[in-house]
Amino acid sequence: MKAVQFIEGRAVPLERSDVDTDQIIPSDWLKRVERTGFGRGLFSEWRDDPEFVLNNQSYVGATILVAGPRFGTGSSREHAVWALMDFGFEAIIAPSFGDIFRNNASKQGLVIVQLDQVDVEELTQLIKESPSRLVIVDVEHLRVEVPETGWQRTFTLDAMTRERLLNGWDDIGLTMRREASITTYEQTSHAPSLAGVFDANGHVR
Amino acid sequence: MARTLYEKLWDEHVVASPDGEPTLLYIDLHLVHEVTSPQAFDGLRLNGRSVRRPDRTLATADHNVPTDPISTPVLDPISKRQLEALEENCQEFGITVFPRGHENQGIVHVIGPELGVTQPGMTIVCGDSHTSTHGAFGSLAFGIGTSEVEHVLATQTLPQQRAKTMAVTVNGRPPTGVSAKDIVLAIVAKLGTGGGAGYVIEYRGEAIEQLSMEGRMTVCNMSIEAGARAGLVAVDETTIEYLRGRAGVPSGNEFEELADRWRGYVSDPDAEFDAELVLDASQVVPYLTWGTNPAQVVALSGVVPSPDDFDDLDQREAVSRSLAYMDLTPGTPMREIPVDVVFLGSCTNSRIEDLRAGAHVARGHHVAANVRALVVPGSHRVKRQAEEEGLDQVFLDAGFEWREPGCSMCLGMNPDQLKAGQRSASTSNRNFEGRQGRGGRTHLVSPAVAVATALLGRFASPDEVNA
Ligand code: SF4
Repeated sequence: MKAVQFIEGRAVPLERSDVDTDQIIPSDWLKRVERTGFGRGLFSEWRDDPEFVLNNQSYVGATILVAGPRFGTGSSREHAVWALMDFGFEAIIAPSFGDIFRNNASKQGLVIVQLDQVDVEELTQLIKESPSRLVIVDVEHLRVEVPETGWQRTFTLDAMTRERLLNGWDDIGLTMRREASITTYEQTSHAPSLAGVFDANGHVR
Repeated sequence: MARTLYEKLWDEHVVASPDGEPTLLYIDLHLVHEVTSPQAFDGLRLNGRSVRRPDRTLATADHNVPTDPISTPVLDPISKRQLEALEENCQEFGITVFPRGHENQGIVHVIGPELGVTQPGMTIVCGDSHTSTHGAFGSLAFGIGTSEVEHVLATQTLPQQRAKTMAVTVNGRPPTGVSAKDIVLAIVAKLGTGGGAGYVIEYRGEAIEQLSMEGRMTVCNMSIEAGARAGLVAVDETTIEYLRGRAGVPSGNEFEELADRWRGYVSDPDAEFDAELVLDASQVVPYLTWGTNPAQVVALSGVVPSPDDFDDLDQREAVSRSLAYMDLTPGTPMREIPVDVVFLGSCTNSRIEDLRAGAHVARGHHVAANVRALVVPGSHRVKRQAEEEGLDQVFLDAGFEWREPGCSMCLGMNPDQLKAGQRSASTSNRNFEGRQGRGGRTHLVSPAVAVATALLGRFASPDEVNA
């Protein structure tokens, strides 16, 4: 995964709460076996509507999405994160997030910025007033800024998530530093093995 | 120190807890299906990694298998590709797989328990948010994303943050005609879609204890709809008797010894939870959802709510939007709303007990004109058992379609979909916009209400069928 220290770009105000993962990427997009190309399916049911904010030319090329509370609730589909990233988003700012979504996002390098609802509303106003305003998400200093207006807020990330974002660390590699502990654990584990249950064709022995 | 069941399960699976990092938790069973796994296997190949414990990994086709007779080909090219990829990947990495039509194939959350590979005390993950279903067995089971699928394949572990604990205590006994589905809809309505976020819920109290394993699975299944990642029910004799004799468990003395160990998977009597919700089962009635999230619940005897019923401005707007999408007018009695499609299936309600409950209502009656009604058993095993009991004939005689197992119309990834504007009564777990097909309108119900609704062509309870 790519390291992210600093995001500077335009931000899109979504102004919707409870955006669930079915809305982020509808299920017909889940059938792909590749990891790329999901951006075309992002919010696809809404994008048919010419009034939908992502169809507004002034926000083309935005890298930050500003949304309402409980963004990314619903299914565990990571495709939601792939779709947002493939579309070009590098950070999502909202008052709260679905747990699994937040987890998936930080593992892929999509920055999750949780701000108080009033702050999200203020930011939304700022970018609605002037869609070309640059917004900065500074992962290093855990800060969101709109330099043009001097608006600035801090946010939190757990230390690990921040380190990983800053360094672009892959999960599996991190875990395999503990290989010896896994092997030791397995020697005392009660967990059954399926090898004795099914034959090579998956029939019960 | 007294510990909750969650804390016991957690403690038992800690591989390492390095300072300043999430705990590394061991995963005892990894269930895999065709939709969330291809990119994970792709990732392994890309990095030259192998599957650490193929013997603790089990795969099945479920999300997008057509439910037409097995002899009909998979027409959707992408579904076909995913299904083939699952088989090839499992072959390559040495994982047991049940492809479409295999005698053990079915919805991943139906086959784990019925094969007895879901067992108390385990940690279980799957790339599907309804993995919480398996928590009915006193195991810690939760959904993961595809990169976590890859992580578990490669390491058999997951870095995890400890959750908070919530007890949902359902006291007393529900009135007759109230099912596990109604109980969990009541819970989700109380908690809201975010009320369980950050928690693992343990369901307890008399109403939970008297449920069958099927009923407990229905309850745990929908934990995620309240935002909780996992749901749990303590092990008791119902758990043990359900597992006795199943393929994945030993027999004789070995089973008794195992069962003794399983009996320890309960919360200590004086263990403390971080939060508690108490419900009175005698107040639970048959419910259904009216809106576009599973917490938007109303009694079957009730009416479509109005945005004015809500204080919060945000909520009022959400209600208006839901009502518009669902094409409903406030004040309309739910019982007067006609439906186009009825779906009895999904990992929430497609087990033998659900089919029995449905068949009981359907027997001797006929599906209303203009209603399409589908019964999709959760697995081939469920289907075979139902056929042995003659339930297929009851449904067929009543004008229901009797289909092959899979997720089907729960999420409409296969050809079983709602058309735009169609209204369904569905025994599944999600009523999000477009979930069952673009523009489709979903109302979540119990199996008995689903069938009664199919027969009368409008939302109905079983007691109206014979009236
Ligand atoms: S039946 Fe529905 S909820 Fe259950 S696993 Fe399949 S798609 Fe997911």
